[in-house]
Amino acid sequence: MFDRIRSDFWYELLNSPVTIVSAIIIVLMIIGCTFAPIFAPHTPFDPATISIMDNNMPPAWVDGADHRFLLGTDLQGRDVLSAMLYGGRISLLVGIGAVALSVVIGMAVGLLAGYFGGMTDAVLMRIAEIQFAFPPILIALLFNGILKASLPADVFAQAAVPIMILAIGLAGWVQFARIVRASTLVQRNQDYVTACRAIGLPTLTIIARHITPNILGPVLVLAMLQIAVAIVTEATLSFLGLGTPLTEPSLGALIQIGSQYLFSGIWWVVIFPGIMLLLMVVAFNLVADWVRDYLNPRLR
Amino acid sequence: MIDILCETKDLKITFPHRLGDFTAVHSLDLQVRRGEIVGLIGESGAGKSTVGNAIMGLLSHPGQVSGGRIELGGENLVDLSDAAMARLRGRRIGMIFQDPMTSLNPLMTVGGQLTESIALLQDVGVAQARQMAIERLDGVGIPDPARRMDQYPHEFSGGMRQRVVIALAMAGDPDLLIADEPTTALDVSVQKQVLDLIKSICVERSLGVILVTHDMGVIAETADRVYVMRHGALVETGPTAQVIQTPSQRYTKELIAAIPSIERREERFRNPAKKTGEIDQWLLQGHKDEGSGDYVTASALTKDFATKKKSFWGKAGTFRAVDIPGLNIKRGEVLGLVGESGSGKSTLGRMMTGLIPPSSGEVTYGDHGPLTDVRSRTARKALRRDVQVVFQDPYSSLNSRMRVDQILAEPIRFHGLADHHDIPRLVGALLERVGLAAEAGRKFPHQFSGGQRQRICIARALSVRPRFLLCDEPTSALDVSIQADMLALLMELRRSLGLTMLFVSHDLAVVRQMSDRVAVMKQGEIVECREAEALYDAPENSYTRMLLDTAPRATRH
Repeated sequence: MFDRIRSDFWYELLNSPVTIVSAIIIVLMIIGCTFAPIFAPHTPFDPATISIMDNNMPPAWVDGADHRFLLGTDLQGRDVLSAMLYGGRISLLVGIGAVALSVVIGMAVGLLAGYFGGMTDAVLMRIAEIQFAFPPILIALLFNGILKASLPADVFAQAAVPIMILAIGLAGWVQFARIVRASTLVQRNQDYVTACRAIGLPTLTIIARHITPNILGPVLVLAMLQIAVAIVTEATLSFLGLGTPLTEPSLGALIQIGSQYLFSGIWWVVIFPGIMLLLMVVAFNLVADWVRDYLNPRLR
Repeated sequence: MIDILCETKDLKITFPHRLGDFTAVHSLDLQVRRGEIVGLIGESGAGKSTVGNAIMGLLSHPGQVSGGRIELGGENLVDLSDAAMARLRGRRIGMIFQDPMTSLNPLMTVGGQLTESIALLQDVGVAQARQMAIERLDGVGIPDPARRMDQYPHEFSGGMRQRVVIALAMAGDPDLLIADEPTTALDVSVQKQVLDLIKSICVERSLGVILVTHDMGVIAETADRVYVMRHGALVETGPTAQVIQTPSQRYTKELIAAIPSIERREERFRNPAKKTGEIDQWLLQGHKDEGSGDYVTASALTKDFATKKKSFWGKAGTFRAVDIPGLNIKRGEVLGLVGESGSGKSTLGRMMTGLIPPSSGEVTYGDHGPLTDVRSRTARKALRRDVQVVFQDPYSSLNSRMRVDQILAEPIRFHGLADHHDIPRLVGALLERVGLAAEAGRKFPHQFSGGQRQRICIARALSVRPRFLLCDEPTSALDVSIQADMLALLMELRRSLGLTMLFVSHDLAVVRQMSDRVAVMKQGEIVECREAEALYDAPENSYTRMLLDTAPRATRH
């Protein structure tokens, strides 16, 4: 496998400029957002460092701009670029965290359903299908609502990010369960699994050590696609005012704040976070497409 | 030479690759005359199917004809455009594929597919095409063709389906028929009928036929002339009888010598001189001499599978896949189990190893007692150590994500058969024991050929020091020359380690070479079970006799 990666991986990757650009965008965004405190020119949510005097500055290349604020400032004088980096950090964290949660739940359910079949399969997959019948955003709203109602307001505000991860992650596991179940059904009947049974290995060892590595391909592809979906879901929830608090806005919340001033000429407050969200989602989708093609040589 | 229908001259086919072009066929000269069946034989990777596809203009991407000519009736097909080539297909050249399960559209009736092809290729109206389709089905020997026109492919048996495929290939009355392994997916008893049909069509319509196959027996029974290919090059050509009886090239001689004989049991298998000694002592550790009683006994064994419900509210019926009163295998004996596909031989084999539970009846092993009584975890573990399996498909039976040494070390570690620091050395010795290099352990399964993978599978089965080995078609996926080596290895291991074996195969010749006793299965029942030599020389059951008679023989000429 490794020599294949050494040769084919780079060959296929270098033959796809779109993928390279997308991958670079993702890497830059992850680095930039993860180390936002280092890269961001300002600390946008620290009241001590912002001045209301700097409000509504246009981007640096427009007349009347302040060179300190590359992409301009918002109504309260916060630097838009810095707010985007901090906001992107939350978006990425929620997106990746939620998908990680979905993967864990979905793989566990899919492996059990696929390997054991029969009653286990029927019960688990019916539960999954019932959830699948509702739009994920509705499920996320539901979990979000339940948590909001059951937690004290200050705890809820503090734990906004983990709650978003939980809500979106619980909304997204079904797709993983289905794809893992389908792959497991195929792998379970392969002779190497029968050989493991002939050796007498315990069922859990067979599932964990032998089947799991063989089903990771499709899971990886789906996970990359789902990160984009989760980021959009988070942005939607935040846009609706149900996500991250305004004191700690994600990209979606920034867009929501900015959209209120869209027609007052302060376009940069909404356009730049919007572009960043778009780039993030498109880049994840393109890279996921490439990974799918790479793992399935027949599509090449 | 007159009346040459199709000819390739200095044909070269290349598959461009960024690491260097791969030449699949080097300068092949081949001629097909009208009314003649030309056999194209070779092992996997010989380029024989590529030749057929090139003539059809259906080379898989990125393959291309990089030199030479393909002439059909004097016209060079290599120069033709895709559109012109498409007009030739079906009208001038027909093709029969290997697997009749996948070469028919499962969602269209057989008549629909045939009528569509005839209407298109013969330029006739649908009503007339339908009438012609019925005649064609009749012509390929399908009984009651008018009724069967409206049935779907799944309602036909394998042999009948291949007849439909032949009728489809003949829909446009082609001059040249390319048959790519037309009988490989079929049972022996059906194989002969399909070959006879191809032969008679060839004579009646004075067609040229190119028969691509890996099976010397099929060639011997069918082809007038034969081309032997290896690594994309022509090794030898001539009239079939001459090539088979007096091959002039070394490769052809080896190929023919490697074919196991159905006529007699041969002791000609080369004894592979392998490093034995220490590893054999380890493999025999804990095995005491238990005499010569039965090792495995099955009594009143049945297996039922649920069938589809007749209606939504109906009850699912059952289909009895296996129903045998009893079967025993003595210690150190090899019992061969033969039968056609669907005869239940694999199901019986897996029940005999406890991999699938029987619906009723009991399997007992040596000193483990009846299988259903082996309940405790430790007892099960001990039983699993004694009973191992080698599978048919060496590609799916190894976990492609694990290194070979990991695959072999896992069972040893799990059963605690060696000290932790001894395991790497043992794994190396095991690999050498089955004829691979000790360093092979550092590679992944996909880096090995089919035969090498099968050796790894045997090493894995040996790694738990088994007493009883189920070989489920262990050589069916391998080329003849490799098959002979594999049988020799299994025989030698059996002798050195005193293994008891159940050898399941559809290939009567292979079973004869391996087995002390043979059981013949038909529709879930054992119709005859006797000493191998007696059974092959004087079969008592009519079904056994039919199987033996229809099996293709390379040496019949």
